[in-house]
Amino acid sequence: MKQKFNIISSTCVPLPLENVDTDQIIPARFLKATTRDEHFFGDNLFRDWRYLPDGSLNPDFVLNNPVYSGEILVAGKNFGSGSSREHAAWAIAGYGFRVVVSSFFADIHKNNELNNFVLPVVVSDGFLKELFDTIYANPKAIVEVNVSEQTITNKSTGHSEQFELNAYKKHCLMNGLDDIDFLLSQKDKIEEWENNNASK
Amino acid sequence: MARTLFDKIWDAHVVQQVKEGPTQLYIDRLYCHEVTSPQAFDGMRARGLKCFRPDRIFCMPDHNIPTHDQDKPIEEPVSKRQVDALDKNALEFGLNYFPIMHPKNGIIHVVGPEQGLSLPGMTIVCGDSHTSTHGAMGAVAFGIGTSEVEMVLASQCILQTKPKSMRITIDGVLSKGVTAKDVALYMMMKMTTSGATGFFVEYAGSAIRSLSMEGRLTLCNLSIEMGARGGMIAPDEVTFEYLKGRAYSPKGEDWDKSVAYWKTLKSEDDAVFDKEVVFDAADIQPMITYGTNPGMGMKITECIPNGDTPSFKKSLDYMGFKEGESLLGKKINYVFLGACTNGRIEDFRMFASIVKGKKKADHVTAWLVPGSWPVKKQIEAEGLEKILNEAGFEVRQPGCSACLAMNDDKIPSGKYAVSTSNRNFEGRQGPGSRTLLASPLVAAAAAITGVITDPRDFM
Repeated sequence: MKQKFNIISSTCVPLPLENVDTDQIIPARFLKATTRDEHFFGDNLFRDWRYLPDGSLNPDFVLNNPVYSGEILVAGKNFGSGSSREHAAWAIAGYGFRVVVSSFFADIHKNNELNNFVLPVVVSDGFLKELFDTIYANPKAIVEVNVSEQTITNKSTGHSEQFELNAYKKHCLMNGLDDIDFLLSQKDKIEEWENNNASK
Repeated sequence: MARTLFDKIWDAHVVQQVKEGPTQLYIDRLYCHEVTSPQAFDGMRARGLKCFRPDRIFCMPDHNIPTHDQDKPIEEPVSKRQVDALDKNALEFGLNYFPIMHPKNGIIHVVGPEQGLSLPGMTIVCGDSHTSTHGAMGAVAFGIGTSEVEMVLASQCILQTKPKSMRITIDGVLSKGVTAKDVALYMMMKMTTSGATGFFVEYAGSAIRSLSMEGRLTLCNLSIEMGARGGMIAPDEVTFEYLKGRAYSPKGEDWDKSVAYWKTLKSEDDAVFDKEVVFDAADIQPMITYGTNPGMGMKITECIPNGDTPSFKKSLDYMGFKEGESLLGKKINYVFLGACTNGRIEDFRMFASIVKGKKKADHVTAWLVPGSWPVKKQIEAEGLEKILNEAGFEVRQPGCSACLAMNDDKIPSGKYAVSTSNRNFEGRQGPGSRTLLASPLVAAAAAITGVITDPRDFM
């Protein structure tokens, strides 16, 4: 799961729907796993959109369209709303996406992606629209995400945008460190806080 | 600078501000259920760690458990494995544990307030988005992912970026038939499911103050459905009255000291919020949803609006509804009363008040699932169970049940369910299920008529 991150240059998979909730990313019946088996979650990413009720592949869903592939998922506004299930981030990572681009992410899911070394990139509505147009015009179009520069570039149009990422998280992503590594190094500060608040 | 209620609690829990990064926040209470915790405990084992403050952590299974025959082993092997894993992890890590059939067991977000475990001024987290519920006690409570559960297990801390602040004020008197659920569905309709994303909401105003503790819990529960990080209500006499004498509430001198502190937990008069939203209580009517996210709701007497996005059309197709259509009189198949949203005693009282002396419609399957064992006991003690039984309803055993259908309580494909739960997402209550979110009053009216009905017809 932990991996070092800097420049990702890839074709994209377009999913222009808005308000994609985490129940769609991974339905509740797949939350019964007690391990973090990436293949299991990746195989069931968008399960009920990807498969028809009889279990066959849904030819109309983008993940089943061989024209589109890549490490970057480009999604409509308000991606990842609803349930806090981190299984959604595991499914996205397990499928092989390393970046999700949208104009808006739900808070909990955004944190979950970051904690699983999947980078949520927030772009403007205009940039997103152009990106969808680019991908549909040329499914082989390349998008480059540069973590150290905090930029995303639509290579076809040359248009680029900065995205937000705090310096701490950037350091974690670029060096393959997670928050638990950090918190475990802060025990003395935690105990100090507890001593100061013992009377409450 | 004058501080908000949220600021006061947040500031009191800051361990440190990470340089150019998030805040390290101390967590008073971590709740764990069986679905979002096993991988966190595995992570702890892989790193060779023990829980840093096990006394602050309470675990209980709720998502997978059957709502009948809980004294027998769980039949479904995968659900059983997950519940067994929580049994084992709670024991191994020395955590407080309310297993299946324990007299305190139930849905975490019902149990926490009910046992006096969720108190004003606390920071509370759980691997569950509806952790926002506990904000009704005057706490900072929010849902987290499994990696974050592991952080709290390991360090009793979490790294978070401070959210922006929003105050939603609703003044006025709520009309007949309007419950806290309707207030929440109304706000979601106005705000959309992303209208409060990035914000922590404080609810204020006379209509909010007039809500019972149960109503406030329902309201805060649904904060996440507007995208909010959490929702909260300043503690007052309603809160103190509710908490007094509960199992884990402070006692004696500690109680007096706590209440004195809790009374300071309110936003200063001149505190500034990043966003202020105002609604008029008089405009709120009984509500129902017609689409596949909780923001797609309307007053029950209205018609489905027009929408032009592909997402909107996909949603109506899924539900089998048309633009401009009224839902009143539409035949439904299932009714679900329960969940962390509406599984409390007051919800059962409301439901019983409508069905009393009437009969359930023959074609309707109704699942009435209390949020906890204490709620179930109280339903019996108050004589509500008798009323419900006489009307043809059965009260089941507690759990999350059909809210997300991880146990056997699944709505079949294509069937309509009037549900008091919190989400109407595609497939949420079982693959192909069609959910109409509503209050316990609307659910009760539909249960006896078999069609979508304005509950005021029976009031």
